[in-house]
Amino acid sequence: MDLVVCTDIVKRYRQGRLQVTALNGVSLAIERGAFIALAGPSGSGKTTLLNIIGGLDSADEGSVRVEGRELAHLTPAQLAEMRLRKVGFVFQAYNLIPVLSALENVEFVMLLQGVPAAERRDRARAILAEVGLGEMCDRRPAELSGGQQQRVAVARAIVAAPTIVLADEPTANLDSKAGKGLLSLMEEMNARKNVTFVFSTHDRMVMDFARRLVLLHDGRVAEDRVK
Amino acid sequence: MAWRNVWRNRRRTLVILTAVVIGVWSMICVGALSRGIADQMVQNGIATLTGHLQIHRRGFRSDPVVENSMTDPAAVLARLPGLLPPGSRWSVRVRVNAVAANARHSGGVTLVGVDPAREAQVSFIGGGVTTGAFLPPDVPWAIVVGRALAEQFDTRPGRKLVLMSQDTEREIASRAFRIIGVFDAEMAATEKQFVFVNLAQARVMLKLGGGASEVAIVLPDPQLVDTVAHRLRTALASERCEVHTWQELLPLVTAILKMYDVFIFLWFLVVFVAMSFGIVNTTLMAVFERIREFGLLRALGMKPSGIVASVLTESLMLLALGSGLGNALGLASVLALSERGIDLSAMAAGLEFAGMGRVIIPRVVTLDLALANGVVLVLGAVVSVYPALKAARFTPVEALSHT
Repeated sequence: MDLVVCTDIVKRYRQGRLQVTALNGVSLAIERGAFIALAGPSGSGKTTLLNIIGGLDSADEGSVRVEGRELAHLTPAQLAEMRLRKVGFVFQAYNLIPVLSALENVEFVMLLQGVPAAERRDRARAILAEVGLGEMCDRRPAELSGGQQQRVAVARAIVAAPTIVLADEPTANLDSKAGKGLLSLMEEMNARKNVTFVFSTHDRMVMDFARRLVLLHDGRVAEDRVK
Repeated sequence: MAWRNVWRNRRRTLVILTAVVIGVWSMICVGALSRGIADQMVQNGIATLTGHLQIHRRGFRSDPVVENSMTDPAAVLARLPGLLPPGSRWSVRVRVNAVAANARHSGGVTLVGVDPAREAQVSFIGGGVTTGAFLPPDVPWAIVVGRALAEQFDTRPGRKLVLMSQDTEREIASRAFRIIGVFDAEMAATEKQFVFVNLAQARVMLKLGGGASEVAIVLPDPQLVDTVAHRLRTALASERCEVHTWQELLPLVTAILKMYDVFIFLWFLVVFVAMSFGIVNTTLMAVFERIREFGLLRALGMKPSGIVASVLTESLMLLALGSGLGNALGLASVLALSERGIDLSAMAAGLEFAGMGRVIIPRVVTLDLALANGVVLVLGAVVSVYPALKAARFTPVEALSHT
């Protein structure tokens, strides 16, 4: 069974007096363990699709099923629970809570899940070591570089063993070296832990890393190919 | 996380903290001052011959003429040791309206016939005589007057003062007394009103026999007033007596005390309302600065109730810290002021009208402390609900896309 199945998704927004159709009948199936890039120019609907898959937003028409559950049938509380247990997020910016250290940021999701403190701390330290930040557990986000912050965000996204990680333009604010390092890390996590990664990007480097490329244009799937 | 968020904008936090500290400090100080003023009024009233309780003949309070005096107070006095708590003191008095006159002046006074030894333990007069003596037993027809009356009458110890009143046979009773002492009181009105003579001599002058106008009682613990009053009323029902508490004897003071309770609460509310605008504004600013962060928290799986709880916790921490510091400052201020009291002699005339003395000793009452802190913390949490709900209402997408 596919992990995520989107069928004829339509999403419209009102911008002032104008109505904009961000997604206009998108159908997509994402298999477990995939490493997919949703690519396209600005306004093509890739972030909107990512938000809908992650339960941050809802479709106006169509169906989105994650592990067989129809998201439209879930209450806001159930969607929050789904995001907590099943979904990891990596955003372009503002990924981390500024008043928490790197370790505490990684622990935060497990705190919400009710994981005991000792186990939380051990798992957070271990994952930070895996992403190469074992020595920086006590640093606050302001004391980390952009690339290091994104690594902490990746660590937080996968520490709670989510089903899927949704990354919205994760390399947009990074230089090419840092971006490449981040992508390599996520590729490694994908290979070792079989975590599904879905990126929204218009970065050529991300598209090159992805094993499957879905091109969106004007709210529709223009191309969907496995490399 | 909430504690760290409180200090994210240090300057803003210190500004609102200062407002809370000053607000709580003012609540405690004004409350303590009000209680001190109220204490003064009550103490003055009790010490100025009222006592905690008084026993009269039934009907005397409705028509306080000398023929309505108790005819046999000895029967009542004999029972008091068994009815009053240990440490209680009492004094028998004759108290009538009279006219005092000398060659220079005449005016209305209250003639009080007392047993000096007992009276000294019950009312202000015990420590009030500052010139001469307080009715020594070997001096016949002696009188002690107040300093303000002595000045008014242009007289002094050694001179005579004539007192006229009505006796039990409804005839004019008149007698010349020799001034043997002068007393000072908290209020000039007290000094002008009361003149003290020996109980036995007052009885002779007014043909009272063994009668008395009242028995005044001072209890070791003022909290026992109602309990003891009830006990006395039950026990003395057969003696055709009435028992009155100081609250019944001083209705104006009682009414003012109740008004103080309301005043203090209203003051707390006013201070809080002024503070609350700052609290709401600060919390709203903190919320609007962190909309994207709230979006991140929602994306990570935090429920809206978690966002509300987080914002409320920050607000409560701020309020608790401000309250704590305000309490410390307020209590220290009251402690410093209560050592010597606040001298309001400059306003003596106005204070006397209100029945207050010149030196106010502020006093912190546990209930006021609890109320002040309760108002700040509880109402502070209530006004913080709006910004907290505002933070929780943003959808994750709206919050994350906020610039």
